[in-house]
Amino acid sequence: MTLTYAGASGGGVTAVQGLDLNVERGAFAAVVGPSGCGKSTLMKLATGLVRPTAGRIAVDEAVVEGPVKIAGMAFQNANLLPWRTIRDNVLLPLEIVEPHRRRFRRNKAEYAERADGLLALVGLDGFAERFPWELSGGMQQRTSLCRALIHEPALLMLDEPFAALDAFTREELWCVLRDLWARIGFTVVLVTHDLREAAFLADTVHVMSARPGRIVASRAIDLPRPRELDVCFEPEFVDIVHDLRSRISEVRQ
Amino acid sequence: MTPASFLERTAPFAFTLGLFVFWEAVCQLFGVNPIILPAPSAIVEATVTHWKPLLRHSGATMWTTLAGFAIAVAFGVVLGMIVGWSRAIYRGLYPVMVGFNSIPKVAVVPILVIWFGIGEIPAILTAFLISFFPIVVNVATGLATTEPELEDVLRALGARKLDIILKVGIPRAQPYFYGSLKVAITLAFVGSVVSETIAANSGIGYLMSVAGTNFQMPLVFAGLIALAIEGIAMYALFAFIEMRTTRWAFRSSFAAGG
Repeated sequence: MTLTYAGASGGGVTAVQGLDLNVERGAFAAVVGPSGCGKSTLMKLATGLVRPTAGRIAVDEAVVEGPVKIAGMAFQNANLLPWRTIRDNVLLPLEIVEPHRRRFRRNKAEYAERADGLLALVGLDGFAERFPWELSGGMQQRTSLCRALIHEPALLMLDEPFAALDAFTREELWCVLRDLWARIGFTVVLVTHDLREAAFLADTVHVMSARPGRIVASRAIDLPRPRELDVCFEPEFVDIVHDLRSRISEVRQ
Repeated sequence: MTPASFLERTAPFAFTLGLFVFWEAVCQLFGVNPIILPAPSAIVEATVTHWKPLLRHSGATMWTTLAGFAIAVAFGVVLGMIVGWSRAIYRGLYPVMVGFNSIPKVAVVPILVIWFGIGEIPAILTAFLISFFPIVVNVATGLATTEPELEDVLRALGARKLDIILKVGIPRAQPYFYGSLKVAITLAFVGSVVSETIAANSGIGYLMSVAGTNFQMPLVFAGLIALAIEGIAMYALFAFIEMRTTRWAFRSSFAAGG
């Protein structure tokens, strides 16, 4: 999978410009940067929600001209529908995306099984019949991840999905995402403020500058996989985070 | 149920009873002229003597109110969905609707009488005109305040506007809609009674204005009590429907997006 952006502006304000980013199929890319650097614009460009005013965006070698449909998205807020059970929340994309949309009514049981399998994978075994308000923030975010993955997207776009969680829950969910990625093997673009999160999860970390947003540095993280949380305390890891931090300080000047 | 809840549950009845006892006591103690303010006992007496016309006119008011309310619901839902559908329509129609809503509906009744003559139809239309606005506003708000991120999630999957309205907008608008029904039914009552008072030959409003010109004050107040009972019953009915249909909205902290 190749994403190539080359400049885009929206509504008079140039949000991102001269932005080049390539993500290989199956790779885990993280994008970090100061707030207001156009990370959300990047998300919308990559999924085809916003058309670039200049430049080219390609996903899977095809130029993006509308919503890409092969992407799953999750945001800082889990955004679950309170009138649906956890299972029905996870199933929502299948009611929209072809070819599932056509088959959904007839094969509901089969799909429900698939949703339950995915929920079990993120540690939500037995919560399928519950409602979102009965779950903690971390559990809601796990559900949101399942919803983003149920239609087996090739590309997972995450916009600060763990930012609203407490530190322990956040680390727990890093591992959930790490395991899901290792198991299913989709491509991930993770937008985050958290440098440790980026370094722990990603193959490559891209640093963005603000207004206009563009990639100013890319750094490969060559820590061996599978990574355990303990890796965060090793000097090598600390060096990476330190390095990323100084690059961000540079672009904030 | 905690022990304190017994007091809480009986409080509404105790206060209502207390009000009438206080009222009776004031009338008896100060010898208030029954033309000014009849005592509850006199109102009860009037209710018993005139129960037949009271019941008939209550029925008429109930019918015009419900007819006007039904039209308001149908019209309000359709208009609310149109307004909530697009920002352009919202911005275009909103000032017109606010302007229309700020006209006191009493002022419209004479026009309706010229168009449709004295009778039921002006009452039904007044009830409709006064009560559709909260329904429109609430349905439109429910649709228009869908979280943009959720819309992005669905649009990235190739969802059309109609999909988003069906899967998210309409269920999301439901608590707003049922909430507005409580308000609308009360307003519809106001509308039909206002119209009946001015130009009708049936309904509690008509009964009260006739009784008033004959100085039958206990009967006027009996009409008021009948209206209050009908109003409370309708409000309670729609509050109950609201609770039953949108339990999730009461359970979840809806505003927090939970």
